[in-house]
Amino acid sequence: MLKISQLVKRYGNGAPVLKGLDLEVPGESVVAIIGASGAGKSTLLRCINRLVEPSSGTIELNGLMLTDLKGAGLRAARRRIGMIFQSFNLVDRLTVMENVQSGRLGYLPTWRAVFRRYPKEDIRRAYELMERVGIAHYANKRADELSGGERQRVGVVRALMQEPEILLADEPTASLDPKTSEQIMELLRALSREFALPVLINIHNVAEAKLYTDRIVGMRYGRIIFDAEPAALDTAAMDDIYAGVPAEERGEMVNVTPLRAKNA
Amino acid sequence: MVSMDPTPQEWARYTPRERMLRFAVFLFTALAIVWSLTSIDVIWAWVFDAPQQMADLFGRMVPPDARNLPSILSVLLETVNIATIATAIAVVVSLPVAYIAAQNTTPNAATLWLGRFILVSSRSVNTIIWALLFVAIFGPGIIAGIVAIMFRSIGFIGKLLGEAIEEIDKRPVEALEATGASRFKVIVYAIVPQVMPTFWAVAILRWDINLRESTVLGLVGAGGIGIILQSAIDTFNWQEAATVLLSILALVVLGEVVSAWLRKRVI
Repeated sequence: MLKISQLVKRYGNGAPVLKGLDLEVPGESVVAIIGASGAGKSTLLRCINRLVEPSSGTIELNGLMLTDLKGAGLRAARRRIGMIFQSFNLVDRLTVMENVQSGRLGYLPTWRAVFRRYPKEDIRRAYELMERVGIAHYANKRADELSGGERQRVGVVRALMQEPEILLADEPTASLDPKTSEQIMELLRALSREFALPVLINIHNVAEAKLYTDRIVGMRYGRIIFDAEPAALDTAAMDDIYAGVPAEERGEMVNVTPLRAKNA
Repeated sequence: MVSMDPTPQEWARYTPRERMLRFAVFLFTALAIVWSLTSIDVIWAWVFDAPQQMADLFGRMVPPDARNLPSILSVLLETVNIATIATAIAVVVSLPVAYIAAQNTTPNAATLWLGRFILVSSRSVNTIIWALLFVAIFGPGIIAGIVAIMFRSIGFIGKLLGEAIEEIDKRPVEALEATGASRFKVIVYAIVPQVMPTFWAVAILRWDINLRESTVLGLVGAGGIGIILQSAIDTFNWQEAATVLLSILALVVLGEVVSAWLRKRVI
């Protein structure tokens, strides 16, 4: 159970990117977060594992208050949160196995990490997971030799190696072709069921969000303005979520003529 | 500024003001060159005399005297050793310096400035000047040469490696931080693999440069082939000087070949 309450994030002295956000994600469910660029989706995900430091508010994961943690305590908590990225964020010059095992770095003694002396159970778990997503035969290939879909599978396995209690996916399919992108969404949904994991997915593709998730959260300028099952996302709701210009909303538009007026 | 006419027929890359400024910069550069040429005190008679002097010197050098070749070769080997040992030590020492001199890995502002200070002070002093200093400290000989080359190399390797660290792709670093890995493990897994190619390229390049620099160390008494060269010149033994020069040339060519081969193999 992930519980976010009154989350605020502002960068520097600017207007807040997240404006007192409340969100609860119980048990195993796949939740899509949709919204225009600049709505704060990425910031929201990164506040959960504290890659971005929240300005105020609390985030609680299965009873652990994430927002209070520091140093070693924070690192230990991050092991429980798997993250998948838009550009995969693999280390290109390392092999697939090394990339996968880097999901265990939070658990491994330093010497084992440095000399690549991975424990037997970690190696077995890696092969099982790689087999599950169909990349086991690439174990010794360098990560940059793989295609986009395969690289994202490596990213997914790296996150699962952490034995996470929740998965965060920041636009996991935005760099992939439509077919591969569907496969990855399908995979995330299946993994959520198999490992009883809540999965939070930032996504631009609303059709995919409707098809592969159990719940859709619509964000606009740092607030949640829609939160319901996919079937409830109708045209009116879509218009609300994606309408407007971010700068206009933030009150930064002073002397700019709207495009439509200029063309008329 | 927006022109009133939406479709003007004339277009110029620079405004008249910009053109004047460019011309002024050009004129200033030309004047600076003329001024520097007139300010140096050239004795033109010696310049015009140079071809004869060259022919004369060449005449005295031919044929090269190879009687001393065994000792020349042994000192040449010493020269290679100075370069190799100094490069090896400098590579190891420059790793932490590069780490604290790179903006994205340095622990805090104080260490950043410390790192930059080490790099600048190492780089701003020429190897020969370092050698003079260390001959005064260690006395004449090979140790002074090794330390001098090492001091100069730390700045060179550290600077290039630090820049490589600053240019890495930050996304894998973010991903590994998200797994709960410690700072050290993030460095080993996300940063080290990315700077490895630069590391080898810089180390090989510096070894190549050090090979050439160590041939002149002997001129200030810091070991290597330079000592023999200087004593040959001091005693007007031009034929032996020719042998020394030829063997230095052979060494440098050989060094070039070896480093080219290493580059191909390692990177």
